[in-house]
Amino acid sequence: MRSASPGMRHIYGWLLLTPAAILLIAFTHYPTIATFIDSFFSKSSAIRPSRFIGFSNYDAMLEDPIFWKVLFNNLWFALGTIPTSIAIAISMALLVNRSLPGQGFLRMAYFTPTILPMIAVANIWLFFYTPQIGLIDQILQGIGFSGHNWLGDPNTVLGAVIVMTVWKEAGFFMIFYLAALQHLPKELEEAAKLEGSSRWYFFWRVTFPLLMPTTLFVLINAVLNSFKLVDHLFVLTKGGPDNASNLLLYYIYENAFSYFDPNYASTLTVVLLALLAIIALLQFFLLDRRIHYR
Amino acid sequence: MTKQLFFQRSWNYSNGLEIVGAWLLALLWISPLLYAFWAAFHPSEYAVNFELFAPITLDNFAEALSQAPFLQYGLNTFVLVTMLLASQMVVCTFAAYAFARYQFAGQNIAFSLVLVQLMITPEILIVENYSTLADLSLVDTITGIGLPYMASAFGIFLLRQAFKSTPKELEEAARLEGCGMFGVLWRVYVPLAKPTYLAYGLVSISHHWNNFLWPLIVSNSVETRPLTVGLGVFGAPESGVDWSIVSAATLLSVAPLMISFLLFQRQFIQSFMHSGIK
Repeated sequence: MRSASPGMRHIYGWLLLTPAAILLIAFTHYPTIATFIDSFFSKSSAIRPSRFIGFSNYDAMLEDPIFWKVLFNNLWFALGTIPTSIAIAISMALLVNRSLPGQGFLRMAYFTPTILPMIAVANIWLFFYTPQIGLIDQILQGIGFSGHNWLGDPNTVLGAVIVMTVWKEAGFFMIFYLAALQHLPKELEEAAKLEGSSRWYFFWRVTFPLLMPTTLFVLINAVLNSFKLVDHLFVLTKGGPDNASNLLLYYIYENAFSYFDPNYASTLTVVLLALLAIIALLQFFLLDRRIHYR
Repeated sequence: MTKQLFFQRSWNYSNGLEIVGAWLLALLWISPLLYAFWAAFHPSEYAVNFELFAPITLDNFAEALSQAPFLQYGLNTFVLVTMLLASQMVVCTFAAYAFARYQFAGQNIAFSLVLVQLMITPEILIVENYSTLADLSLVDTITGIGLPYMASAFGIFLLRQAFKSTPKELEEAARLEGCGMFGVLWRVYVPLAKPTYLAYGLVSISHHWNNFLWPLIVSNSVETRPLTVGLGVFGAPESGVDWSIVSAATLLSVAPLMISFLLFQRQFIQSFMHSGIK
């Protein structure tokens, strides 16, 4: 830099960075480290202050059946939402990318759930799932089936939450596919037409492989969302019945703010941080960074 | 040859089926929202009773507004989102400028440390961040809700990209004209990064308008509660409010963002695209 002397640019650089650095250290780096430390201490009470207890919290966690339950719920939740919403997102993008009549409306209809808060979405869907008087049961009863307590039955509650989440997220992923499709060379399609290959064949052999970087990008984001997004549980199920729909972050919230055990909550947060670190590493090694982070 | 013709036709003539499919999917996708409109604008006895000529009413909205202070919640959200956006713009611009144009010592490590926040967002660390806020006595304040998000790794990242692609010659020229560090930033870099600011702004507004978990933990009174938290408290099933009123309250809470989305659809969608690809 011409006007900043070599020594000054360090000072200017750090000065410019200072506000961001203070905030990031206070609310990201420091709490991450504090979480690790707190997980080795016991919960403090009126008569007994917090003290170092080594891995006791971790031992308790490994023996906590609810911990394992929420961890597997998170796994099923991710497996239930991600492939379906990706498949729907690709279909939506392919449909909207062609000039169909009403393209603008179609795009808006697919995308709208994305800009709604999860809490509003849950409010709307809660009524669909309500036994007897809810919309789904009314329709089922109308065509001669009996109703079902979708959110009250441990066997159906996670599925019900998954369906709602797919509805909320597919349109968001669609726009990334749409952007990718618009950058695919048109000649490929022309060539395939001349070759006489079917559209199905063209999709699986040409389009889908070319969309792979987008799929990886969406996949990582979807996995992150499946760990970070628990808002709907506050309205729909509170994690119940019997923790059948509980997810890790919601369980952390419950431990910290309902059971007032911040140290156990920290222990659980360490697990969440470890999972996020694994995702970050996968992203680093899997994603072709040149494509998305140019 | 016939086979080839058949396939060529399959490219051209499957359109009809596709149009039907696309529209069915769109109707299915929009129907939960249409349903919320139906319930909100009709008396509660029509909540599941779809009669074309059911009387239309605004009573549910009036009832929702009388049961909970949604206007105050709306104001809180507006203050929160505005304050956040303004501070994010300043904090992220400075940091991005440092990363893009000053080769300072420790730059790479500092940048990696910033990127950590892309993964570990403040709501992951609710336990520790809450006790930090308590130490700062910022619990139950709008500033407290916004503070952890004011430095945004995402914003720093996007703006750094934009600043890096600004031609250095423009900066040289501005320097010759006598601009200092801030002058160059304000006259050269910021104007050229306008599309990025717009994209980041829209993403940030929609994100914080809709954010729930952290505001729920921090806010504790009518004066600080944003719309999402107010709605969450309002719609709790045990409170036994009826569906038409919940739907009306839900629509009230999403209306401002929804209307802006419908008005500026293209900008919204492009912003989300931009934020993912660049």
